[in-house]
Amino acid sequence: MSTKLEDIVRDATIEVDAVNKKENRTLYKKREPIFPKRAVGQFRRLKWLIMIITLSIYYLVPFLRWDRGPGAPDQAVLIDFPGNRFYFFFIELWPQEVYYITGILIVAALLLFFFTSLFGRVWCGYSCPQTVWTDLFIAVERWVEGDRNARIKLHRAPWSLEKIGKYCLKHTIWLLIGIATGGAWVFYFADAPTLFVELFTLQADIMAYSFVALLTFTTYTLGGLAREQVCIYMCPWPRIQGAMMDEDSLQVTYKLDRGEPRGRAKKAHDDESFGDCIDCKQCVVVCPMGIDIRDGSQLECINCALCIDACDAIMDKMGTPRGLIAYDTDANLARRIAGKAEQFTLLRMRTVVYAFAILFVCAVMSYVLVTRSSLDLNVLRDRNPIFVKLSDGSIRNGYTVKILNKERSVRQFAVSVDGLPVETLKINDIEDNGAAPIVEVKPDSLRSVHLFISVNEADLASASEPVTITVTDTENGNSVTYDSVFIGPEK
Amino acid sequence: MAGTPRKDEISGVDTTGHKWDDIEELNNPLPRWWLWVFYASVLWSVVYWIAMPAWPGISDYTKGMLGYSQRSIVQNELAAVKASRAEWDQQILNSSLEEIVKDDTLNQYALAAGKAAFGDNCSGCHGSGAQGGKGYPNLNDDHWLWGGSLEDIHTTIAYGIRSTHEDTRVNDMSAFLRDEILEKSEISDVAEYVMSLSGTATDAQAARRGEELFVDNCVACHSEGGLGNRDLGAPNLADSLWLYGGDKATIVQSISYGRKGVMPTWEARLDPVTVKALSIYVHALGGGE
Ligand code: SF4
Ligand code: SF4
Repeated sequence: MSTKLEDIVRDATIEVDAVNKKENRTLYKKREPIFPKRAVGQFRRLKWLIMIITLSIYYLVPFLRWDRGPGAPDQAVLIDFPGNRFYFFFIELWPQEVYYITGILIVAALLLFFFTSLFGRVWCGYSCPQTVWTDLFIAVERWVEGDRNARIKLHRAPWSLEKIGKYCLKHTIWLLIGIATGGAWVFYFADAPTLFVELFTLQADIMAYSFVALLTFTTYTLGGLAREQVCIYMCPWPRIQGAMMDEDSLQVTYKLDRGEPRGRAKKAHDDESFGDCIDCKQCVVVCPMGIDIRDGSQLECINCALCIDACDAIMDKMGTPRGLIAYDTDANLARRIAGKAEQFTLLRMRTVVYAFAILFVCAVMSYVLVTRSSLDLNVLRDRNPIFVKLSDGSIRNGYTVKILNKERSVRQFAVSVDGLPVETLKINDIEDNGAAPIVEVKPDSLRSVHLFISVNEADLASASEPVTITVTDTENGNSVTYDSVFIGPEK
Repeated sequence: MAGTPRKDEISGVDTTGHKWDDIEELNNPLPRWWLWVFYASVLWSVVYWIAMPAWPGISDYTKGMLGYSQRSIVQNELAAVKASRAEWDQQILNSSLEEIVKDDTLNQYALAAGKAAFGDNCSGCHGSGAQGGKGYPNLNDDHWLWGGSLEDIHTTIAYGIRSTHEDTRVNDMSAFLRDEILEKSEISDVAEYVMSLSGTATDAQAARRGEELFVDNCVACHSEGGLGNRDLGAPNLADSLWLYGGDKATIVQSISYGRKGVMPTWEARLDPVTVKALSIYVHALGGGE
C-alpha cells in the first residue's frame, strides 16, 4: 500500500512555484508566460458547457428573427443607429427612452452584486467574456502545442521550423477567432444576414470593417496575449467586489485546517501528524492565473474552480475524501478550526437587501414598460410675443404642440384644452368647430403643430392661468396631457 | 545628488542613484503594457503629423498628406445641404401658396425657411417675434391693413407699401391740420368720435359733433362706422388695436399730420421662393385668414 502511494505522489508531484506566487508578486515585473495544465473534472465540464452556451448566445442572437409587421426590421435584437431605435424582441425603444437601458444596467449590476455576495466570483470564473475567450484561446494553444510540459518545452526550445509552424498556426487560429468575434459584434447594429453577405463580398460599410478590425485586435490581445494580466491589472471588478463579499460568501478555498501541515514523504507513509495536502502542486499548474490557492484568497484568483478539479483527482488517487480545495466560506474555515459544525447562511442582510433591490427595480421597470404609452406629447409655449391682443379685445397664446405617434399606423388625435374659458381654439389652419380639432399623425413619427388659444380678457382671473392640453386618440381613447400656462396682461 | 544605483534591501528594488537629504529614489519601472501603449502613441503621433494638418508655420501650416481640412468639409456639407434644398425650392416654386400649406412636409419646410428669412429681413422693423411696435404692424394679430389672406400677404411682401415698385400698395391719409382742411377743435371732435367707436371716448357731445365731420371727411376711405377698407389699406378704427396708439393725443396727431408708413418691396431683393416662404410664415403666425 505504502509503496503504491509513494509512486502516486512521485508521479503527481511537479517541482514548481506558482508564476504569480504571493511572495514574489510585484506590480512592475515583466509578464511571465503561464502554461496551465489541462484540468479534468466536474467544474471543467461545467465551464465547457457554459462556454458553449454563452458563445452560442453571442454568435446566434443577431440571426434570430422577430416579426414586427411591414416596414419594421425583423431582427430580434437590433441597435438601429440610423433609425434611432433599439429593438429587443417585443420591446422597441426610442432615443428618449434610453433610461430603460440604464434600468437594465442597474438590474445587471445588482444581479452581479447579489451573486457575488452569495457565491463569490462566479461571474469571473464562468461567464466573464475575458474568462470565456481566454479559456477558448488556451484550448486552441493546447490543441496546437500540446499540454503544459510540451508547451514549456516548445517555449524554451530554440527557433525551429516546427516551432515557427506551430506558433503561426496558433496565432492564425487566434486571429480567426478574433475576426469572428468582431464580425458577430457588428451584426447587432445592422440586418445580420444582409451584412453577412456584404462583409464577405466587400460591400459593407467601412465602419463595419473598422469595428471588426478593432474587435479582432482587442480579442486577440486580451484573450491571447494579455490573458490573466487583464484580470490582475486592468479590470476594476476584482477591486470592487470585495465590498459585496463577507465571511459567508462562497469562494474557492484551500481548507488549510485539513491540508496542513503539508508534506509528501511523510504523508506517503501514513504519518498521522501530517495533513491531507501532499504538496503535489497540481492545483498550481492548472491555475490559469498562475497562483497558488494555498496562499489563501487572493485578488488574482478568478474562482474558476479548476484547482478543485485538479486536487479532487489527486484525492481520489490517494483514497482521501474529495474537497481539500472546495467552495467554502471564511466563516466555516473558522468554525472548523474552532471545532464547530459547518453552516451555510444564504439569508443574510446583504443578500436580502440585494434581492429586494433587484425585485424593486424590476417591478418599476416592468410597470413603466407595460404602462408606457405609444403616444407622447410635448408642448412649448410661445415666448415671443408672450401673448397677442386681438382686434375684438381677446387675448391669444400660441403653443407648439409636438405629438409623437409610436405606432406603425396612421392615427388621429383630438386636441382639447382644460382649465380655461376658451373662446376659440385653432390648430394651424384647422379652426375649432365645436369639437376638438383633429390632428393626423403619420405612422412612427413626430408631428409638430401650432395651437392657438384665445380667451376673452374679461374671463381671465389672473395674468397667468394654468392650462392643461390633452391629446386623445380618436379610435381607442388613449390620451396624454401636458400642463402649461396661459399668460395675459397684468391685472 | 547623483550616486551609484544599488539594490534597496527593504523593497528589493533598484534605486536610481538619486539621493537628497538622505532620501533615495526607487527605480520602479512603469508597467510594460503602459510603456507599449506610450511607444505606440509616439509612433502614431509621427504618422499623424505626416498624414494630417499638424504644425503651425508663420503664415501657414503643414497640410498633411491626406488633405484633411475642416473648412472644406463644412463647405462640402453646406453645398450638399444647398443641393438638397434645390429640390424643395423647386416644389415651392411650382406650387400655389394654398397647395404648399396643405402639404404638411412642404409647409414645414416653408415655415422653417420663412422663419429664417423673417429673422434676417423683417425683424428689424417688425420685431423678432413679429410683435411690431408703434408704426410697425404686429403680424400676430388679426388686424390687417391690406388683408390677411395668403395672397394679400404675398402681395404686400412682394410689392411693399409706398415702395419703389410700380405696383406698390399706396394710399393717402391727408394731413388735416397741416393742409388746413379742419380746425384744431374739429380735429379734437373727430378724435373723440373715433374713440367712441371702440368705446373709449370721454366726451359724448364732442363725439357727436365729430361724427358729422367724420362722415364728410373720413368715410370715403375708412367706411361707415370706421370699419376700414382693405382695398385702400384704410385701417379699421372700431376695433381695439392701434398701429400708432389709441390715446387721444396720438389720434389727434394722426389726423393732423397724416400717416405714411413705408414697407420696401422685397421682390427685387429676395428670390420668389423666399417671398413665398415668408408669406406662409407670416400667415401662420396666428392672424392668417
Ligand atoms: S486559484 Fe484555483 S480558482 Fe483561483 S484562478 Fe487559480 S485555478 Fe482558478
Ligand atoms: S492542494 Fe491538492 S492539488 Fe494542491 S498541492 Fe495539495 S494535494 Fe496537490
